[in-house]
Amino acid sequence: MAAKRRETAAIGLLWGAGIATLVILIVILAYILVNGLPLISWHFLTANPGVRGQTGTGIYSTIVATVAVTGVALLVAAPLSVGGAIYLNEYTKENLLRKVIRQAAEVLAGIPSIIIGLFGFLFFVIYLRPYTGGWSVLSGGLALAFMVLPISLRISEEALKAVPAELREGSLGLGATKWQSITTVVIPTALPGIITGLILGAGRAIGETAAILLTVGGALSVPHSLHDPACPMTLYIYNILTEYNDTRTAYGTAAVLIIVILAITFTTDYLMNRYTRKLKGL
Amino acid sequence: MRALRRSRTRDARERFIQLILLVCAISSIFAIFLIIVFVFSQGVPFLAEAGLPFLTGSVWLPADSFAAGTWGIFPIILGSLIVTLGAVAIGAPLGIACAVFLAEIAPPAIRRMLVPSVSALAGVPSVVYGFFALLVIVPWIRGEFGGFGTSVLACWIILSIMILPTIISISTDAMRAVPREYKEGSLAMGATRWQTIRSVLIPAASSGIITSVILGMGRAIGETMAVLLVAGNSVTIPGSIFAPVSTLTAQIALEMNYATGAHQQALFAMGVVLFVFIMILTGLANLASRRRVTF
Amino acid sequence: MSGEIEISIKNLNLWFGNFQALKNINIDIPKNAVTALIGPSGCGKSTFIKTLDRMNDLVDNVKFTGEIIYKGRNILDSDTDVVELRKEIGMVFQKPNPFPKSIFDNVVYGPRVHGIRDKKTLHEIAERSLKGAAIWDEVKDRLGESALRLSGGQQQRLCIARLLAVEPDVLLMDEPASALDPIATSKIEDLLYELKKDYTIVIVTHNMQQAARVSSRTAFFWLGEMVEYAPTIDLFERPQNKRTEDYVTGKFG
Repeated sequence: MAAKRRETAAIGLLWGAGIATLVILIVILAYILVNGLPLISWHFLTANPGVRGQTGTGIYSTIVATVAVTGVALLVAAPLSVGGAIYLNEYTKENLLRKVIRQAAEVLAGIPSIIIGLFGFLFFVIYLRPYTGGWSVLSGGLALAFMVLPISLRISEEALKAVPAELREGSLGLGATKWQSITTVVIPTALPGIITGLILGAGRAIGETAAILLTVGGALSVPHSLHDPACPMTLYIYNILTEYNDTRTAYGTAAVLIIVILAITFTTDYLMNRYTRKLKGL
Repeated sequence: MRALRRSRTRDARERFIQLILLVCAISSIFAIFLIIVFVFSQGVPFLAEAGLPFLTGSVWLPADSFAAGTWGIFPIILGSLIVTLGAVAIGAPLGIACAVFLAEIAPPAIRRMLVPSVSALAGVPSVVYGFFALLVIVPWIRGEFGGFGTSVLACWIILSIMILPTIISISTDAMRAVPREYKEGSLAMGATRWQTIRSVLIPAASSGIITSVILGMGRAIGETMAVLLVAGNSVTIPGSIFAPVSTLTAQIALEMNYATGAHQQALFAMGVVLFVFIMILTGLANLASRRRVTF
Repeated sequence: MSGEIEISIKNLNLWFGNFQALKNINIDIPKNAVTALIGPSGCGKSTFIKTLDRMNDLVDNVKFTGEIIYKGRNILDSDTDVVELRKEIGMVFQKPNPFPKSIFDNVVYGPRVHGIRDKKTLHEIAERSLKGAAIWDEVKDRLGESALRLSGGQQQRLCIARLLAVEPDVLLMDEPASALDPIATSKIEDLLYELKKDYTIVIVTHNMQQAARVSSRTAFFWLGEMVEYAPTIDLFERPQNKRTEDYVTGKFG
C-alpha cells in the first residue's frame, strides 16, 4: 500500500513539474504582455525615443537597430553556417576534422555573450575601427554573427543529415554532378530545417544584449549606415531601466520583443512540422 | 553520342566549390581562435602581473594604472559560483522532473502545449528575464525578507528559470533515446511506472541528463543581463542569500564601458577566468556525454 | 535480338577493404535484351551491377581490377567521366526513390541538370518518358502533384520514366519489383518486355520465376563468382553446374 501511495505521489510530483514549467512561462509572458501591450501603438512603433529620459515616446530607432544588427549577423553567419554544414555532411565522412569542427561549434555556442562582447570590442570596435566605424551596427552585427553561427550550423547539419541517402543516389545516378545533386535535391529537401536554423539564430541575435553592449554604441538616433552607432531594443530596455527607471517604456519594448519571440517559436514549430511531413510525402 | 572522357573544367569547378565550403566549415575553429587570441592577449598579461592575489584577494578597487589599484576578485568568483550552483540546485530537479513528465507521462495534448512552451522559454531575451525579475522577484524578496531585494536569492530564482529549457530539452532527448525494451522489460516484471522511471529510465539516460545539467551550469555562469539587474553588484562576499552579490559577467558588463588602462585589462583578465571556467564545464560535459552507463 | 555486345566485362575483381566481393567476373551483356542476375543474397549481384555505372565509387575503401568495355573504352579507368557515364547507363533501385518534388519535376530532373530549360522541350520529354514507362495515363492530369503521393508501383515506374528522360542506352535494375505487390510487379515486367526493344537491360532479381519470365540470358552468382551464364531457358532447364542446379531447384536460397 505504501508503494502505491509513493507511486501516486511521485507521478503527482512529475505532473507538478510539468505544470509548473507551463505556469512559469505563462506568468512571465502574461506579466510582460499585460503591462506592455497597451503601450504598443502605431505611434510607439514609429516615433523615435525622446532625448535623455523623456518617457512616453516611441522605439522606432531601436527597432531599426535591432533589425539592422540582426541582418548583419545573418548575412555573415548564414553562408558560413549553411556552407559549413554542407561541407561537413556532404563532403566528409565521420572523420577527425568533422569532429573537431563540431566540437568547435559547441564550444563557440557555450562562450558567454559578455566574452563575445569583450572580443567584439577589441576586434571590431578598436582593431578594425577603420572598417567598422568603431561602435556601430556593423561591429555589433559581426559580434552577433559569432553567436548565430553555431546554432545555424548545428541545425542545418541535422537537416541535411535527415535527407535520405537514396535521394542523393538517385540524382547522381541520373548524371548530376555532386554540387548539382546538392543544390537541386538535397538543399531543397532540407530547406525547412535550414531555414529553422537561421530563424532560431536570428532569435538569438534579436534577444542578445551583452554582446552588443560593448560593440554597438547605444546611440538613440536611427542608424543611417552600417558605421553608425545604434541602440537595439534589448540594450534600450537595459538603459532606460537602469538610467531612468522608465518601466513603462521598458514594458512596451519587452512586449514587442516577446511578440517577436513568440512569432519565431510558432514559425519554427510549423516549419519543422512541415519538414517531417514533407519527408514522408504528405 | 556523349564523350566519356573526364571534363577538366568541371572537375576544377567542383573542387573549387568544395574548397569554399571547407573554408566555411572551419570558420567555427577560426572564430574560437580569434576570440582566444584577442581576449587572452589583454587578459593574460594582467593575470601574470597581478598573480595569485588577483584570484584570492577580496578587495576590488580598480584604477587606471596597475599600481594605483587593488585587484582582488575572489568575491566576484565566489559570486559566480554561488549563483550558478544555487540556480542548478533549483533548476536541475525541476527541469529533470519536467523532462521525465514530457518523455513518459504527459498526454499528447499537454505535450503539444508544453514543448513549444519550453522553446518559448528558451527564446525569451535575457534582459526581459532580468526585467521581470527586477519588477516581480526583487520587490517580493524585499517585502518578505528585507534588504534591497537584489540578492543571491533573486539570482537563484531567475537563473534557475533561465536554465530550465536547456535541461529540459536535452534530458527529454536523452530519455526518449532509451530503448523501449528496457522500459517494457521492467514493466513486464511488475514494476510500476515510477519504479521503472527511477530504476531504469533515469539511469539509462543519466549521461544525457548529466550533460544537460552541466550545460545548464554553463548557461548560468555565463549569464549577464539578468544577473546585472537583480544581483545588487556589490563586490562583497554575501552574508546571506538575501545579500547582494557580484558575478564575473555582471562586473565586466558594469565596468567595461568606463574602464580604461589597467582597469580595462583587469576586466579582460576576469574574462579569461570566466573562459577557463567554461572550458572546464565544456570538458566535463563532453566526458559525461561519452560515458555509457551500465546498470 | 541483334547479338551485338553492349558491355563486355573482363576479369573484374572488386574489394571492399579486405573483403573480396567480386571474383574474376567475365560476362558479355548483349544489346537490346534483358540479362538477369540471380543468386542468393550477398553474393555480389548488386555490387556487380553498381560497378557498371560506377556507383560503387560512392563507397569507402573500394578497389577494383579488370576492365569493363563500353562504347570502345574501359569505363573503369580514372579518365572516364563518371557523370556522363551515368547518363548512358542508368539505374533503378530496389526501393523507389522519387524526389520530394512534383511528378513533372521528377521526370525532367535529368534533362534539367543537363541544361535543358525550354519548357516545351521539357514537356515533350516528360510525356515521352512517362509513356515509355507506361505511367502516362495515370499521371497526365496531375503532373504538378507530389511524386510521393503515388503508390509504390507507380513511384517505381516514375523512377524508370525519370531514367528514360535522360536517354540512356543501358538500364540497370536492382531488384526493381521486390518492394512491390504482385500487380505492380507484373506491370513492371510487362514494361521490361517493351523497353528491351530499345534498351539494354540488366536486372538483378531474387525471383527466379521473374528471371525466367523476362530475360533472355541469365547469370548465376555465388559468393562473388559468376558460376554460370547461359540463355535463360538453358540455365533453368539444363544447368551445367551443380551449384546452379541446386539453386534453381530450390535446394538452397
